[in-house]
Amino acid sequence: MLYDIFIDPFVQMYDMPDFFLQVLWEGFVAGILYALIALGFVLIFKASGVFNFAQGIMVVFAALTLVGFHENGVPAYMALVLTVFVMGILAYGVERIVMRPLVNQPEIILLMATIGLTYFLVGFGEFVFGGEPKQMITEELGLPTGSTAFEIGERGLIILQHIDIAAAVIAVIMVTALGIFFNKTRIGRALRAVADDHQAALSVGISLNQIWAIVWFAAGLVALATGIMWGARSDVSFALEIVAFKALPVLILGGFTSIPGAIVGGLIIGFGEKIGELYWGGLVGGGVESWLAYIIALVFLLFRPQGLFGERIIERI
Amino acid sequence: MRDFKQLAIGAAVAVGVGLTGVMAPAAQAQDSNYVPLLTYRTGPYAGSGIHIANGMHDYLKMLNERDGGIGGVKLELEECETGYNAQKGVECYEATKGKGALVYNPYSTGITLQLIPKASVDKIPVLSMGYGLSAAADGNVFPWVFNVPDTYWDGASVVIKYIGQQEGGLENLKGKKIGYIFLDAGYGREPIPLLEQLAEKYGFELLQYAVPGAEMQNQSSQWLNVRRDRPDYMVMWGWGAMNPTAIKEAVKIRFPMDKFIGVWWSAGDDDAAAGGDGAKGYKAMNFSGVGSDFPALADIQEHVIDAGLSSTDAASVGGTLYNRGVLNSVIIAEGIRTAQELTGKKVITGEDMRMGLEALDLDEARLEELGLKGFAHPMKVTCEDHAGSHPVFIQQWNGEKWQQASDWIEPMTDLVRPLLEAAAKEYAEKNAPWPARTEPCPN
Repeated sequence: MLYDIFIDPFVQMYDMPDFFLQVLWEGFVAGILYALIALGFVLIFKASGVFNFAQGIMVVFAALTLVGFHENGVPAYMALVLTVFVMGILAYGVERIVMRPLVNQPEIILLMATIGLTYFLVGFGEFVFGGEPKQMITEELGLPTGSTAFEIGERGLIILQHIDIAAAVIAVIMVTALGIFFNKTRIGRALRAVADDHQAALSVGISLNQIWAIVWFAAGLVALATGIMWGARSDVSFALEIVAFKALPVLILGGFTSIPGAIVGGLIIGFGEKIGELYWGGLVGGGVESWLAYIIALVFLLFRPQGLFGERIIERI
Repeated sequence: MRDFKQLAIGAAVAVGVGLTGVMAPAAQAQDSNYVPLLTYRTGPYAGSGIHIANGMHDYLKMLNERDGGIGGVKLELEECETGYNAQKGVECYEATKGKGALVYNPYSTGITLQLIPKASVDKIPVLSMGYGLSAAADGNVFPWVFNVPDTYWDGASVVIKYIGQQEGGLENLKGKKIGYIFLDAGYGREPIPLLEQLAEKYGFELLQYAVPGAEMQNQSSQWLNVRRDRPDYMVMWGWGAMNPTAIKEAVKIRFPMDKFIGVWWSAGDDDAAAGGDGAKGYKAMNFSGVGSDFPALADIQEHVIDAGLSSTDAASVGGTLYNRGVLNSVIIAEGIRTAQELTGKKVITGEDMRMGLEALDLDEARLEELGLKGFAHPMKVTCEDHAGSHPVFIQQWNGEKWQQASDWIEPMTDLVRPLLEAAAKEYAEKNAPWPARTEPCPN
């Protein structure tokens, strides 16, 4: 038993280095995708201190809108622009109808509002687009398809999907852009002020409404990018909403307020769950992936309750 | 005070809604036969559920429009959305059973398991066509449950038999590895006991890959395991979004698609198409017709779809899952017709319907009469055998459509039947006091 736990997995890694590299690659891609989802949560949390339960359905809604426009004859790039426009309208609507009436309400009220928003978007999405899964317009958007295989030794093989490489590149670009936007611009600083205290931010002339609309729009764009990437890997269906909650352990690990935390947390969870499932999962009959991520996050929490990059909150009484 | 007023209005509305629900059964027409359809057009499993729901609805609707119903009595159809959720399924059952429901088609093994104990109490049969509890095929223990034309255990035996044929005989399975990837729910776990028995009997290694419902679109770990284990064949028991994702992942790891075989619920056109060119060669079991070249389907097109009485996209008529839904409704309709003949009544009850299903005899002549020649293998139900263990064929995806890729293959009845009977006995013992059969046999 001790051999199976402490020795055998490493022997396997050594014996099949191509497979180990493939596992690392898959972990990296999964981590990037988890990080993309987590980013959406982080943006809203930074601005309003609320866990946006609707982020998952926003991913589905954005992807369905894109595919829906295209199915109705709109060229792919125009459909992309129109979808961005729709996400803008959604952000404006959420700010006006959901968030604005709830300024200064307890956070639990805001959370409940996002749960309500989730169910609205599920129903509205199914009403408009139907419940059938749709295929992502990957090629039409100019995203790469297919794969490249690298042979290692006599039987070794590493297969890299082009769409996964594109996902990694897009994630890096998005994170960089968001990082610059929120750290180097006036709006970014205003956002951090809003996150600390709504009333204090209002008192110094920051428009809460504007900030919330911007941040929901940014979260919508992240949702769109996530929807395109996940949709290309499987299908665009309402089942994707559940996948979005894979971001939870990422948030616990990386901290709810840190963009770098979402990235690092995503990668740790991505690598951790793939390596855990492939090399240790068999010891307990497999299927550890769905809960291993939470175990990893909880272990980190023991040492850093605020997450790896979360802000340490000291409340003076 | 304002709160109290709102509460009072809310309560009044709730009572009103509740009363409407209670009053509804009385409002059911007494000159029609009421058939509730438990369907799912929303949620993660809608991709499969919509086609089934359309096929079921359209055939019964066509009978109403073309023939004025069955035996001169119209069918009263009502869909109830379950979302493939057992709790919602039971809610649908409870909400509709009082309206004179003749039969329930849960379209979920989870819901079926919930309804089985209720069937004998409420005297409404459950028709789980090719799914549900395999042991329910034992009509002596489960007189109210029907899983014609096949159980999952029949399906599992067919797929192993087919793999044996590919290898030149079942004896050549010794030392082979067969992977089994399945939705980690009652449905996907159902065939495992039989597959384990077959693995022991024929000496192959059974490798299991569970896909949790929440991870249906995130299967890379399972398929990395497949890549490492290098099974000779893969068998899939998937549903909803699991199917297209699994096919894409199989393509991704370059698994030979002609050695990847799905159950009849992993045989959707959209499922296979999702894999693109790489999915060519993927196989699946089937027991219902391929394509739309059947007179009955032409009648559906004319009387229902062209008439705007359906939400079916015309292009999906003839798809595997649509045709499966049609076959399900053919069994319902023939059950009603047989019950009418047996009882002499036009408007029948659930008890009559049970007899009708138990006396079901859908032979070649009847299939031709229905405009469905070759659409299914002739099927017959007996009081002892509610599934019938009918032959199944293998179909193969050519990149654009399904094509029949084998003759009809008989399940290993000699092996499956004793196991079914033992499982039925065990179920009855675990759920004691399980009612002994008192229902008369119509055959």
